[in-house]
Amino acid sequence: MSLPRIGHVLQALLALSSRETVKFFHQRGRLASAVVRPSLWLLIFAAGFKNVFGVSVLPPYDSYIEYQVYVVPGLLGMVLLFNGMQSSLAMVYDREMGLMRLLLTAPLPRSVLLACKLTAGTVLSVLQAYAFLVVCALFGVDLPWWPGLLTVLPALILTGLMLGALGLLLSVYIKQLENFAGTMNFVIFPMFFLSPALYPLWKLEESGATIIYQLSRINPFTHGVELVRFAMYGQFNAVAFAVVAGALAAFFAIAVWGYDPQRGLVRRKG
Amino acid sequence: MSGAADTPDRAALAVEEVSKSYGSLKALDTLSIAVARGEFVALLGPNGAGKSTLFQLLTGLFVPDEGRIEVAGHDMRHESRAALAKLGVVFQQPTLDLDLSVAANLRFHTRLHGMGRAAKRRIEDELARIGLAERSREAARNLSGGNRRKVELARALLHDPALLLMDEPTVGLDPGSRELLVDYVHQLCRDRGMGVLWATHLVDEAERAHRVIVLHQGQRIAVDTPAALRERAGTNSLGAAFMALTGETPQKKEETV
Repeated sequence: MSLPRIGHVLQALLALSSRETVKFFHQRGRLASAVVRPSLWLLIFAAGFKNVFGVSVLPPYDSYIEYQVYVVPGLLGMVLLFNGMQSSLAMVYDREMGLMRLLLTAPLPRSVLLACKLTAGTVLSVLQAYAFLVVCALFGVDLPWWPGLLTVLPALILTGLMLGALGLLLSVYIKQLENFAGTMNFVIFPMFFLSPALYPLWKLEESGATIIYQLSRINPFTHGVELVRFAMYGQFNAVAFAVVAGALAAFFAIAVWGYDPQRGLVRRKG
Repeated sequence: MSGAADTPDRAALAVEEVSKSYGSLKALDTLSIAVARGEFVALLGPNGAGKSTLFQLLTGLFVPDEGRIEVAGHDMRHESRAALAKLGVVFQQPTLDLDLSVAANLRFHTRLHGMGRAAKRRIEDELARIGLAERSREAARNLSGGNRRKVELARALLHDPALLLMDEPTVGLDPGSRELLVDYVHQLCRDRGMGVLWATHLVDEAERAHRVIVLHQGQRIAVDTPAALRERAGTNSLGAAFMALTGETPQKKEETV
């Protein structure tokens, strides 16, 4: 079958993206929590732990840094992770509400529709990440603002896409809305805690938590956070990039497979 | 089967010997259906007859185990995009995004169909036709159930489909809105030469159809004009004919589930 017109794909992207964004700004609670959640971690958690963790000099940092500075990339990751999962929640919601049926009758290949959906969610993720960076600036966190704000963008996009693709993948298998609480417990929290978001991984290794250390090393979220951390300082972390890009490709491919009409997605729905 | 429906270029829908099973349950058993352009076909069947499964196949949600489906001459499996482009659907479940305005809901659809600049005009036209032009900026939530359905119908017509699928579209509507909707779709069928497949378990909605297909336990057990069905069953009501065919009590109007 021929490729769809690029104009058609862009219109579909606009449709999904504007819907996602408009809905987000309608939901005040979601808007507030997207910024408040990481801000609480930044202001309260980081304040409390300021002197507990001695963070040594490790790349990409070239001197001792404050804990607040250390934790920002991890919290950016948290923003991307939450929004990625919430987009998948929206997919499950749309499925229960029948809107998904409408989407799937659009005359576009499913992979294109899913890619549009993923991109739309990621646009929102990245916007939220920048909103959080504004909060960081307001509270005087000592980040490399220029050109860090710019160099971090590709890393935020790629990590956002990867976590969104994970959300898409989960949405294939989450059958009901209620199961989202389970996603929180079994996906968001483990991914977040098994990562260098809150402390460098060598701390785990040093304290002898070998299994946790190894799990953290294979966690794609770990590499997302590191990609963002390095990019903020204008550096490119090749390993992190490879893992994030690979995970994105794998998650997206499995999600497309799951939404394939030959295999069936909404099996039990009548 | 009616002669007109078998001519390929006049066919809005051709379902040929389609089967679909869920595990050991045979939801559809070598089902064949044809709908010509300009023809209103009612698909009548009790709940669980396989109507929902058929609609899932017709909208490309799943592919059948066997058999083929063509919409306006395009194979659903191999040319699904061309087929979907000719297909308008009103789903049984409400599918308006209630947070968005009426116009935004329609715009979402025209964009998914890649309609570009033609979209604005088409949206205005369709809304004017159902008398809701003035409410286009209102949130869909503010509309009554009947008006929401009308907007869903308007949306299904935006890309000028050759086949309109209506999946139990009157569920939850009051009798007045129900009648208006049936009338309006009959008129569309006449004026625009669209094929309509109207699934229902309500016998009275099938009374004015050109043909009625009776589906029972995944099989087509009758296909004919309402008059011929009545005659065949030796009764003067379609409901009694339906009962004679399926051994089930027909439902005259919406009952609380």
